[in-house]
Amino acid sequence: MADAAFLALTVITIGSAIAALELRSLIYGSIALMGTLGGIAGFFFLLDAPFVALFQLAVYVGSIAVLILFTVMLVKRELIFKKVEDKRRKFAGIGLMMVVMVGLGAVFLDSGIKTITTDEPPVDFRDIGTDFVTYYWPALILMGLILAGSVTGALVLAKREDVENDQRTN
Amino acid sequence: MTNELIDFTLVSVALLGIGIYGLAVKRNFIRMLFAVEIIINAANLSLVAFGRFLPHSGGQTMALFSIAIAAAEVAVGLSLIIVAYRMYQNVDIADFRSLKG
Repeated sequence: MADAAFLALTVITIGSAIAALELRSLIYGSIALMGTLGGIAGFFFLLDAPFVALFQLAVYVGSIAVLILFTVMLVKRELIFKKVEDKRRKFAGIGLMMVVMVGLGAVFLDSGIKTITTDEPPVDFRDIGTDFVTYYWPALILMGLILAGSVTGALVLAKREDVENDQRTN
Repeated sequence: MTNELIDFTLVSVALLGIGIYGLAVKRNFIRMLFAVEIIINAANLSLVAFGRFLPHSGGQTMALFSIAIAAAEVAVGLSLIIVAYRMYQNVDIADFRSLKG
């Protein structure tokens, strides 16, 4: 049976996920997204994974959400509040959401996952470090290269071609 | 543990459903990126939950990889938004017609 902290985190996470998509203002939407990401970090704490939780807080809430907020601020004011929606598409989307939730939920509830409980101690976070430098070391190097490549690619993409160097200094 | 694996899995399924709804309904590039983020977080939650209940360190390791790759994906996605906004002065994907194949 779930405890109070779990229920509170569920309400925060799912409520702010809906708010992130449905609030009229994109700025409030991105702040609500921060709530979702923080709620997930709370779930990681409940799952005895403090290392991943702090990583989530640092990377997602600390950098990605702020990056999104700044991108939203670069967009014109009227676009931030503009909300174009097709009613039929919305109902179809809600139907799709219900199908996914009910279908997958029924499958999981009917499966053996329901009976899985554990009394074993949580995984030591030192094991994660050992994993990274032993079994997963090629993946770690590849991940570093992908990160460097994508950040460089993002910088090249966002660079303005039309502004001359002397204009930039003024 | 008082919380069971099925509780975390159901939260993950709910977040996946909300993300799919966002991707299907929203026509705003930035909101679609929000929906993708929500789906990625649902997957991470499942990874860590299964890793805790097995128990195995692989779940947390994979979640850390996933978070790092998602950071790269957001950086590229946001720069694409900025480029598209500069070209079309809009963030509505219905306007990005010349991107159609």
